[in-house]
Amino acid sequence: MLLSVQPPMSEPFLELVDISKIYPGVVALDHVDLSVSPGEVIALIGENGAGKSTLMRVLGGVVEPSGGIIRVDRVERPSLTVADAIRAGIAFVHQELNLFDNLDVAGNVYIGREPVHGGPLKLIDRKRLYAQVRPLLDRLGADFEPDAPLVELSLAQRQLVEIMKALSLDARLVIMDEPTSSLTLTETDRLMRVIAALKADGVSIIFITHRLNEVTQCADRAVVLRDGRMVGALTRAELTPAAMIKLMIGRDLKSLYVPPAAPPGGSVLDIVDVVTDTYPDRAVSLSVRRGEILGLAGLVGSGRTELARAIFGIDPLRGGAVRLEGEPIRIATPRAAIEHGIYLIPEDRKSSGLLLDLSITENVSLPDLLSYLRFWLVNTAREAENAHRQRERLKIRTPDVATSVGSLSGGNQQKVVLAKWLSMRPKVLIFDEPTRGVDVGAKQEIYDILRRLTDAGVAILMISSDMEEVIGVSDRIAVMHEGAISGFLDRGQFSEHNVLQLAVGHTV
Amino acid sequence: MHKKDLSLLVLILVVGTVVAFINPRFILVGNLSNTANQVGLFGIFSIAEAFVIIVGGIELSVGSVIALLGVLFIDLIVNRDVNWIAAFCLIIGGGLAIGLVHGTLVTRMRIQPFVVTLCGLLIYRGAARYYTEDATAGFGFGSSFPTLEWLTAGRTNVLGFPLPHSVVALIIVTAVAWVVLHRSVFGRYLYAVGKNEEAARYSGIRANRVVISAYVVCGGLTAFSAILLAMYTRSISPAVHGSFYELYAIAAAVLGGCSLRGGEGSIIGVVLGTVLLQVLQNLVNLLGIPSSLNFAVMGTVILIGVLADQYLVQRNRRATIARGRRQANVAAAPLEQANAE
Repeated sequence: MLLSVQPPMSEPFLELVDISKIYPGVVALDHVDLSVSPGEVIALIGENGAGKSTLMRVLGGVVEPSGGIIRVDRVERPSLTVADAIRAGIAFVHQELNLFDNLDVAGNVYIGREPVHGGPLKLIDRKRLYAQVRPLLDRLGADFEPDAPLVELSLAQRQLVEIMKALSLDARLVIMDEPTSSLTLTETDRLMRVIAALKADGVSIIFITHRLNEVTQCADRAVVLRDGRMVGALTRAELTPAAMIKLMIGRDLKSLYVPPAAPPGGSVLDIVDVVTDTYPDRAVSLSVRRGEILGLAGLVGSGRTELARAIFGIDPLRGGAVRLEGEPIRIATPRAAIEHGIYLIPEDRKSSGLLLDLSITENVSLPDLLSYLRFWLVNTAREAENAHRQRERLKIRTPDVATSVGSLSGGNQQKVVLAKWLSMRPKVLIFDEPTRGVDVGAKQEIYDILRRLTDAGVAILMISSDMEEVIGVSDRIAVMHEGAISGFLDRGQFSEHNVLQLAVGHTV
Repeated sequence: MHKKDLSLLVLILVVGTVVAFINPRFILVGNLSNTANQVGLFGIFSIAEAFVIIVGGIELSVGSVIALLGVLFIDLIVNRDVNWIAAFCLIIGGGLAIGLVHGTLVTRMRIQPFVVTLCGLLIYRGAARYYTEDATAGFGFGSSFPTLEWLTAGRTNVLGFPLPHSVVALIIVTAVAWVVLHRSVFGRYLYAVGKNEEAARYSGIRANRVVISAYVVCGGLTAFSAILLAMYTRSISPAVHGSFYELYAIAAAVLGGCSLRGGEGSIIGVVLGTVLLQVLQNLVNLLGIPSSLNFAVMGTVILIGVLADQYLVQRNRRATIARGRRQANVAAAPLEQANAE
């Protein structure tokens, strides 16, 4: 299906020139150029963490660039505010939609700009409100009414509400962050038609996506980012999945790999046809062997975190079985998982992994407090002693184990989460993004700890969106795509190309 | 002792000294003993409330539970000739059961604690009034329980000071609650769940059970103070007995450093909070302030206290952030230079 026929029109109304964004220790954007002409559909692609979202946040006025020029209608400025961006006609359709569940469609579209009756009370003019929304609905061919409560709408319909909101602001550019990641095929098709209709009206679209076939379907141009740098732009004629993947990879990965001391043993954790809530019609099977690090790669939203949560008993298992050392086990709560020696280091350590206000000591002992008892009370001396031991072992940099965890750096916080579990003889450790928000030095230390653990017989399942990490640390890689395993790779087959192929649902 | 508790103690001493200067009757043995008795009675259910607040909930039915269980206790021993020890156990059991119901509704049914206990407040008050047909329940002439009365409402002379037994009870409850909250596994779980229920669950804590237990403890302690209060007042008019007591309890807990967001507070603080409230009550009487202003004085002092605390916290935080930023700048400077090159 070819939806885009006209070439991009006239000259660009929006140009980003030489934009950089530097965070302490990280270059998120490195001299990026991007221009947008009226009626142009641009696909922004790249791996997780390539800088796509940062670039879009610069456009939306949320992030102030460290360098470069933004030219809107030939007016140059160093950065945009959110108000500037709205005035320039730039609108966002967020991945997590920013809508009010407790309002109806029209209320959401005109939130903060409701038409009012005259008079001191400024009552909302409901008639005018609904009348204004009607043409927007028709323009998008939406199948719901202006007064439909938002809660009753599907995700795809809510997305249309966001787009209507953008149009009501006279948007010239609509930015969509992974608009199709949670849509069904029919819904995706409809969104593609909406994009074509907007394009025909002269509205430009930038969309971030991981689904390369959508890019070939509707984009005029694809811009590829890698490590904050723009590594290429493909015109309509050049848009093939192979060409895109070729641009997305190709960074030289430093070899971090330390081989295990002994070949992996028998399988410790078997996951057999496990089904989670997010992907109710997909089943996942994989095994983690004693002494190995199994990397679990995949794009954001491919169901990896959900799998980890289900194994650890946070979310219910909707089907399938989990076997530990060959024995079927039932895990309904995190407590049950912990009793079996299966521990999770969660993705979001601030909300799930740690109690930030409590001390290192208290955090470390929390899952295992009962073993610190003396006469029914917590033996704080032994507790502190263990915290000290873990601090030495994991090199947690703090003068005092009584300091609150919230005051530590990301790397040290992650080590505290690890210390919790290492005090209790793990059989299986599940790491969800082990080094997210961790500085380079601590990263290497954490990798060393992983290897020492597997050499001691622990089985590790490591979920990671960091390509360098997956390839550099794992002994074997499983790749997930849309809720199912799309393939396994042995060390000999490790390459960015292969992982990415599997992650987007192709075969190697 | 926490810094917060210490400043509360200083505040109490300052207020006490000022009142004693203006009206020396404040430090008469009789007045101090009576005030201590009030502290004993109010302290126990304030500690009860603190358990629930620390776990991140709220209990609004304290006053109504005190009325209902007080009425039932008197009825059991006076009209139904139940042995007072048995009656004591029954009433405590009743309190625990109420706590169990509240905790279960909050966790398993996911109803907000405010709503659950607000309904409790209305239901138990109504039940108490219906049970006595709105009549005052009390001890008739000739009915007396010397042992029980001595145990609950008596006073023992300690070095010339008539120490009310309610204070003895409070001391015991405080000691046990302190150990439970600050030294036991359950106490640690209470703070953990109150602070961040999700992280607690990820650490394998059965959060629901912890929350339910907090309400059960609260119910049991409230029942105990219901008995003490019934024996102290000796007559209960079910329409007003114990009304607003939940607010005294919440006020004491907040003064004592509990956050209504959960996860914070100390037992010593709660007791000191109770002391401050009772000293203020006493101050209103002794300084000739119209007693109708009673609540207004208390409200003002609590507000000022919380404002002062907030001010100090924010000043501290700003200082910490400034320090952190300086350190971050020092750490980031070489990196940014390297990137710029």
